[in-house]
Amino acid sequence: MALNENEKINEIDVNELDCRDTLTFWEKFGNIFRSKSIWMLHYCTGCGAMELPPTMTSRFDMERIGMAPMATPRQADVLLITGYLSVKTLRRIIYTYEQMQNPKYVVGFGSCTLNGGVYYDSYAVISRLDYYIPVDLYIAGCMPRPEAVMSGFKKLMDMIKKGEALGWKRYQKYYDWYKKNQIRALGEVYVKDEFHE
Amino acid sequence: MSTFFKATLLVLLAFFWQLTLAGIQRKVTARIHRRVGSPWYQNFIDLFKTWSKSSISHGFIYDFGVLMALGGTIATLIFVPAGHIVVFDKLDNFFVIVYLLAVGSLGMAMSAVGSGNPWASIGVMRALTQMLAYEIPYIMTVFGIIYANKTASIHAIAQAQQTMGILGWNMFRMPLGVIVGFISLMGMLGKKPYDAPIAPAEIASGPLVEYGGKHLGMLMLQHEFATFVEVGLFVNLFLGGGTLIAFLIKYFIVYILATMIASVVARFKIDQLVVFYYKVPLALALIQTAIVIFTGLGVSIWL
Repeated sequence: MALNENEKINEIDVNELDCRDTLTFWEKFGNIFRSKSIWMLHYCTGCGAMELPPTMTSRFDMERIGMAPMATPRQADVLLITGYLSVKTLRRIIYTYEQMQNPKYVVGFGSCTLNGGVYYDSYAVISRLDYYIPVDLYIAGCMPRPEAVMSGFKKLMDMIKKGEALGWKRYQKYYDWYKKNQIRALGEVYVKDEFHE
Repeated sequence: MSTFFKATLLVLLAFFWQLTLAGIQRKVTARIHRRVGSPWYQNFIDLFKTWSKSSISHGFIYDFGVLMALGGTIATLIFVPAGHIVVFDKLDNFFVIVYLLAVGSLGMAMSAVGSGNPWASIGVMRALTQMLAYEIPYIMTVFGIIYANKTASIHAIAQAQQTMGILGWNMFRMPLGVIVGFISLMGMLGKKPYDAPIAPAEIASGPLVEYGGKHLGMLMLQHEFATFVEVGLFVNLFLGGGTLIAFLIKYFIVYILATMIASVVARFKIDQLVVFYYKVPLALALIQTAIVIFTGLGVSIWL
């Protein structure tokens, strides 16, 4: 069941806490390559999925900044949450996010991932994405146009290059906090069964 | 010592040349799609990025198979003569290369099945079925060449074609054979009409579904080296090898031609693919081999 406003879950705000520590030479070196080649997971949740085909194909041509779609979470670097996220989908998002390899980034599209958007009081839709998985970048708009999406991706690249996109480190460091929020939204699941969860 | 030096040189050449070409190939595909496309060095960046990521293991077989695939492919690579660089002179036998190339594929198959993902098993099954499909017409054509030249040494076959200038190439002596060879080459490279094993939209990249990070980087490198072996073999067998510069130019033309064909066609299903290979190229290969054996025309048609 979804979180409502009365339940106080936000005793600490992990987004305020700093995960940054000194980067070694090889991490800085790796960040240059990571920022130039971003593979996004070919997985979409909501209306924002409609903005991705024009971003990928001839007119806006995502490949020219080194981005490519990947079919499997093991190979992907960035997870796009494109729009509203129902509680049922949240479980798949968490599975998917945890399967991705370690420098990994999350981009939230539109207002739904920020505050629920038009679904802010729905029982079936989560209202804030960064309670559950760490979000590196939000792209404004409902829905963001392909120009905004491309601009967001360039911004993400700059953040990776400077070592500011540290959501994956935050997820490791404050895993308990994220796990608590996830369990509160989804309920504890003992048997991971696709059909009887 | 000289052998070691030459082998290192060949591996480095394959690394830089093939990765550059893979970048150019992406650019060419993009231009055909009327896009700008990624820069030519994009594949180097992709490779180094995958090596900078973390990766997981699904057990010993999973790790070992990746190393076996990469090592087996590099071992195959140093048998392929590239222009004047012949590492093992008189040992660069066609059969050695074909057998060693299977080590790479089998290592990858073993490792992918060891990951336990059902998509990987389906992908491996399709890859091995496809191998069975393209190898029979290809081997049949190459048997014709070996029969005509009375040797299976790749370097000797390449040398024999250079005696009569451009008309001495097996491409012009055996026109049916080169068609079969090119169709089989596209199947070996996994280019578009024959990319059933790695079908991202159906089986989530097939054998590669569980690989991420460093394992994926090594398998990408293995794919590039295998491409060098396959295209290099085609250039030596049908286009007459030549000096190193000529070899690289011919390599470029063959690879980009395969890319251009691949960027405008759709994917075969695996059963259609096998039926196709056993119908058209196998029939052409049989006719070609029969011509070579019974009339000797393929050997001396231009004389």
